[in-house]
Amino acid sequence: MPGAIYAEGLVKTFGDVRALDGVDLDVPEGTVLGLLGPNGAGKTTAVRCLTTLLRPDSGKAVVAGLDVLKQPDAVRRSIGLSGQFAAVDEYLTGRENLQMVGQLYQMRARQAKARAVELLEQFHLTDAADRPAKTYSGGMRRRLDLAAALVVSPPVMFMDEPTTGLDPRNRQQLWEVIQQLVSGGTTLLLTTQYLEEADHLAHDIAVVDHGKVIAQGTSDELKARTGGERVEVVVHEREHIRTAAEVLGGFGKGDTTVEEHTRKLTVPVTGGAKLLAEVIRELDSRGIEIDDIALRRPTLDDVFLSLTGHVAEEKTEGAGEQGNKKTTRKDSRKETVK
Amino acid sequence: MSAVNDSMVVARRNLIRMGRIPEMLIFGLIQPIMFVVLFTYVFGGSIQVGSSSSTQAYREFLMAGIFAQTVTFATAGAGAGIADDMHKGLIDRFRSLPMARGAVLTGRTLADLVQTALTLVVLAVVAVIVGWRTHENFGKVLAGFGLLLLLGYAFSWIGALIGLSVRTPEAATSGGLIWLFPLTFISNAFVDANHLPAFLRHIAEWNPFSATVQACRELFGNLPPGFNASDAWPMQHPVWASLIWSVVIILAFRTLAVRKYRRAAG
Repeated sequence: MPGAIYAEGLVKTFGDVRALDGVDLDVPEGTVLGLLGPNGAGKTTAVRCLTTLLRPDSGKAVVAGLDVLKQPDAVRRSIGLSGQFAAVDEYLTGRENLQMVGQLYQMRARQAKARAVELLEQFHLTDAADRPAKTYSGGMRRRLDLAAALVVSPPVMFMDEPTTGLDPRNRQQLWEVIQQLVSGGTTLLLTTQYLEEADHLAHDIAVVDHGKVIAQGTSDELKARTGGERVEVVVHEREHIRTAAEVLGGFGKGDTTVEEHTRKLTVPVTGGAKLLAEVIRELDSRGIEIDDIALRRPTLDDVFLSLTGHVAEEKTEGAGEQGNKKTTRKDSRKETVK
Repeated sequence: MSAVNDSMVVARRNLIRMGRIPEMLIFGLIQPIMFVVLFTYVFGGSIQVGSSSSTQAYREFLMAGIFAQTVTFATAGAGAGIADDMHKGLIDRFRSLPMARGAVLTGRTLADLVQTALTLVVLAVVAVIVGWRTHENFGKVLAGFGLLLLLGYAFSWIGALIGLSVRTPEAATSGGLIWLFPLTFISNAFVDANHLPAFLRHIAEWNPFSATVQACRELFGNLPPGFNASDAWPMQHPVWASLIWSVVIILAFRTLAVRKYRRAAG
C-alpha cells in the first residue's frame, strides 16, 4: 500500500538539464517529508510534477491514492499547494483572495465566505482582512498564501520553501502553524534549503541533489550515517589541556583534537549521555575545571556536506531552468517589497 | 456548469482589480481620445474620402476606425494581465485548483470585454462632442458597437496567448501592441483604402480589422458621399466578414491559448 504521496522513477528534463533524474518518494499518511536540497536540485520540479502542474517525462506518481497523470482533477481536489513565494492577488483583500480560492475549489459562495472568515481568524489576519494584500508584510502574505492552500482542509499538502525570505520571527510563527496542521493528520511534503527547518518539521528527510534522492531517513538516521557523536570540552585553565586530553583519550574512539587558543578538545565517542556523565566525573576527580562540555551530534549541514561534497547553501552550477526561475522570482519579490 | 461559474469568479476578480487600478482605464482612454482629437483637427479636411474632402465627412468616416483600433488594444491589456499572473505565481495556484481549464483565460477576457465597453462609451461621447453623428436607426448603431465588442473580445484572446508565451508583463504589453500599428494602419481605418497602392489595398481589403471598420461605417451611416466599396468580398459583405473573422479568431486563439495554459510551465 503506497503512502499518501508516492513517486517512482520520476524523470523531467528541460533541454539538456535533467531536473529530475529518477526520483522515488514514499510519504506515509499523516507524516511530513522534508525534501532538502540546494537551489536547482530539483525540489520545485518534483513538487510541480506531484501537484499536476508539470507532466513528468516518465515515472509514476500517486497522491492521496489517485494517479497524478490519469486523474489530475481528482488529485487537485485533494491537495493544497503553497508556493515558493506568496501567490495571492495583491489588489484583492485577504478576504477576497480566500473567497475566490474557495469558490474555485467549487464551494458555494456562502460557504466560501464562511470558510474565509475562519481562516482569517486562524492565521491572525482578521484585522487586515479587508485591506488589499499588497499592503501586507512578507510574513502576512505567506500566511495568506498558506491559508489559501488550506481552504478545503486537503488531506495532502505541498509547501515549496514556505519560509524562504522570512525573518526569524515570522519563520517561527509559520513553523507553529505548520506543526498544528500536521498534528491534525495532514500529510505534508515540504521543500526547504534550511537544514534546521527540515530537522524541526519533518519526520523523514529526503536529500535531493542534481535531480536525485541521494539519501533518505529520519534526521537521526542521516546524522548517524555521517559518523558518530563527539564530546567537546572547554577547560578553564590552559595548563589543564594536556591532562584533559589524556582523560578524553581514555574514553574516545579516535584521536583527540585540541584547539589551544580556545582551550577546546574534541573526541569522537560512542555511548551517548551515559558516557558524558563518566567523562565529567573523571575530569572532576582529576581537579580539572571546565567551562563547557557537550555531546555533539552531527548537524544536517555535516550530513549534507558528507553526502554531496558541497554545502547546502551553495549555489550549484548548471541549475538550468530552475535556477533561472528562482532568480526572477527573487526579483519579483523585491519589486513587491518596494 | 463549473466552467461558467469559474469564469465568472475569475472575471469578478479581474473587475475588482480594474476598480482598484483606475489609472489603467484612464491611460487606456488617453490614446484613443488623442487620436480622435488629432485626426479630426489635424487631418480633417486634408484627407479625401470617397469624393469628399470636407472636414465633417472625414470626421464621421474616421470614428469607426478609431473605435476599432481602440478595441483591439484590449490585446495588450489581456496579455499584460495574464503575463503578470504567470510571473506572480497566480497561474500556478489556479492550475493546482480543481477548476475548469479555460476559466482563468475566459474570466480575464470577459473582464476585458467590460473594460472595452466602458472605454467605447467614453470614446463615443468624446466623438459626439467633436462632431461625430450617426445616420442610421438606433438598432443598427447598436449592432455596430456589438461588432466592435466582438472584435475586441477576439483580440483579447490573441493577447491571452501572448501573455502565456512571454516572460514578463512588459514584454506582453509591447508584444501585444507593436503589430497592431501596421495592422490598423494598413487598413481602411484612417484613409479610404481605394486610394492606397494596389498591393497595400489588397492587404487592407482582406484585413480582418477593415471588415469591422467597413461594417460599422455602414451601420452608423458614416460612409462618405461618392464612396464606392471595392469588389473584394469582405468589403461587399462587411458585416458577415466581420462576424466570420471575429469568430474564427476566437476559436483559433482560444484553442491555442487554453492548450498553452494547460501546459504552462510557469
